[in-house]
Amino acid sequence: AMDTDLSSQDRKDLDKFIKFFALKTVQVIVQARLGEKICTRSSSSPTGSDWFNLAIKDIPEVTHEAKKALAGQLPAVGRSMCVEISLKTSEGDSMELEIWCLEMNEKCDKEIKVSYTVYNRLSLLLKSLLAITRVTPAYRLSRKQGHEYVILYRIYFGEVQLSGLGEGFQTVRVGTVGTPVGTITLSCAYRINLAFMSTRQFERTPPIMGIIIDHFVDRPYPSSSPMHPCNYRAGEDNGAVYPSVEDSQEVCTTSFSTSPPSQCVFTVTKAHFQTPPPVVTDTLKVPVMGLAFSHQLSSSRLSYQPAALGVGSADMGFPVLFAGGLNAAHPHQLIGPGKEGGVPPIPSQPAHGTQADQERMCTPLDGVHYSAATPSSSEDTETVSNSSEGKCGSPHDLLETIFIRKVGAFVNKPINQVTMANLDIPFAMFAPKNVELEDNDPMVNPPDSPETESPLQGSLHSEGSSGSSTGNTHDDFVMIDFKPAFSKDDILPMDLGTFYREFQNPPQLSSLSIDIGAQSMAEDLDSLPEKLAVHEKNVKEFDAFVETLQ
Amino acid sequence: PHRTCCRTPPPGATPAMNCRAEVLEVSVEGRQVEEAMLAVLHTVLLHRSTGKFHYKKEGTYSIGTVGTQDVDCDFIDFAYVRVSSEELDRALRKAVGEFKDALRNSGSDGMGQISLEFYQKKKSRWPFSDECIPWELWTIKVNVVNLANEQERQICREKVGEKLCEKIINIVEVMNRHEYLPKMPTQSEVDNVFDTSLKDVQPYLYKISYQITDSLGTSVTTTMRRLIKDTLAL
Repeated sequence: AMDTDLSSQDRKDLDKFIKFFALKTVQVIVQARLGEKICTRSSSSPTGSDWFNLAIKDIPEVTHEAKKALAGQLPAVGRSMCVEISLKTSEGDSMELEIWCLEMNEKCDKEIKVSYTVYNRLSLLLKSLLAITRVTPAYRLSRKQGHEYVILYRIYFGEVQLSGLGEGFQTVRVGTVGTPVGTITLSCAYRINLAFMSTRQFERTPPIMGIIIDHFVDRPYPSSSPMHPCNYRAGEDNGAVYPSVEDSQEVCTTSFSTSPPSQCVFTVTKAHFQTPPPVVTDTLKVPVMGLAFSHQLSSSRLSYQPAALGVGSADMGFPVLFAGGLNAAHPHQLIGPGKEGGVPPIPSQPAHGTQADQERMCTPLDGVHYSAATPSSSEDTETVSNSSEGKCGSPHDLLETIFIRKVGAFVNKPINQVTMANLDIPFAMFAPKNVELEDNDPMVNPPDSPETESPLQGSLHSEGSSGSSTGNTHDDFVMIDFKPAFSKDDILPMDLGTFYREFQNPPQLSSLSIDIGAQSMAEDLDSLPEKLAVHEKNVKEFDAFVETLQ
Repeated sequence: PHRTCCRTPPPGATPAMNCRAEVLEVSVEGRQVEEAMLAVLHTVLLHRSTGKFHYKKEGTYSIGTVGTQDVDCDFIDFAYVRVSSEELDRALRKAVGEFKDALRNSGSDGMGQISLEFYQKKKSRWPFSDECIPWELWTIKVNVVNLANEQERQICREKVGEKLCEKIINIVEVMNRHEYLPKMPTQSEVDNVFDTSLKDVQPYLYKISYQITDSLGTSVTTTMRRLIKDTLAL
């Protein structure tokens, strides 16, 4: 129907949202793989430059690469924007870790309001992306990069290529947003055999080659776009100075109306900048890389040559790497960044002092890239606003669209994910994962007690072995050290563990034994002729008795 | 700032029929309780907070900017993102600290649950007090385990970290369903939908409560406190 077609203004707005959403998505992903903690400040007064009402910095080089890949296009069906995260060792081997995909499918939502609902949902999706980028395996790897490996990113546009992730890669969906022109989907496919090749292995001394070879995959497609390190040094000594985001002139001043959705307001203004565009040096500082490593890096096939590295960590205001390198003394210890390298970690308990610490840490990132935009000065502000008559936001409208959810939505897991942790056993979650079914667990279903041999049975059936055991012969498993959780010694005189051990395999009750029953029947049958003979002898007495009854 | 009293359901009552409810379960060591709870609560609130609203003429409003920051856990191999708001962080830490103390002091088997409920206020006429209508309820069930040695603790660090990653993915799944959210309010109604007492961000109205399960396995002891509202209303 004609009236549900997108107005040209809505279409323009939507395209702009999608474009900036794509750029912000790339920023969030790359920044999450820089190897450092990200911190941006909330601001109660809108600055007019923060798309989707989120403080996400723009690293100029990253925006530049993203725009190059997009080449003026937007994600559409069959044309996805992908951010590939890979790892490259100091020996030059590389391995793809993740592919983040921003895709568009044909499922359109014609009813949705562009300037309002779509915008807010895109903002929500970016928040989800912030959260999800910290929970895939590559995050922990990226926090420890610098000495033996670095994390690289590559942006491409077109068809998604997942073959470099190895077998059995997993996907996680970040979210979707329906729009009138299609549904935006954001997801991540990540290599999982990282889980076995944990960060510990990167802390050990060589050989690393032996591990990498398993994952070394020839790229099926030659790199159409160059790979870039997620951490880099931007400065005057760097030959390439990337222009700041030229579209920064096009800021997003969001102005929402509480009127009914049909009269929603969205204002996009072209602000006039008084100050020159910010210089590259405003961008964040980079972590240190070892000298030996930097030599390797410059001779690799990366097209982006970072500047001379090896600056002392005194220059840096925040902890990033293991300055101590391989922690041979504790090969199994997973140390978070900041716990080594001589720079104290940011304490997790808030105190007066830490606020200042955190602000210092954030300083390089806090430089605002855009000067403040004042929408009121712009001529091409398109503002349509209708005052709300107070009938909006009525709580009576609430109850119409609430959905009912079952409690315990996440308690049910897919079958293949049932682990011991779901069983109500102490320390179940530490049990080896290959024991998947409760039935196999000896602690839940102890082996059946053996049937005890009756001593009588031995005499009746001479061919049977006169088993001497009346007790437990079943010793297939021995509990060495059973520490029942939460058992209190002062209540029972006997330790719960001892109790359990002693009485775990009680003998079966004799009356329940089939053999005993069968044996007594045999006895009865054998003794019948004898009993009949006795009764026949006394037949006269029986007859007399019967006559007294008649 | 005024203190508004809400009629809340009696302790132990189930939430309203049309309130979305999600339940997460974690097994953690005692010293991991706080960080695990904060990770989950902050992740939910990240999605349920906006920038500060600034109402202008003719019913339009603009929205402030929400900053975010990474938090590393000390006792779990895990990191999460939270909203950059010290006030909000303090409020959550207070609630989680009380929960942790209650767990420890109750003498129970170390089982309890902490709930984060988002609600809307509905004004009622005098003499009735305002009603609080929940629209989303997150419950985190906690089981505290005791570990015997350092090796078990190290394994626990990693396992709990992996579990929390799953929980974050679960939370994001729920958020992505784009189910009911309160309508954006007018200026006069904004305090019925959002908590406007913070200076830098604006979460939906929420309250945190917790229950400790006693050793019989039943929630005989129920502690419901409107911690945050009381704290921030002062």
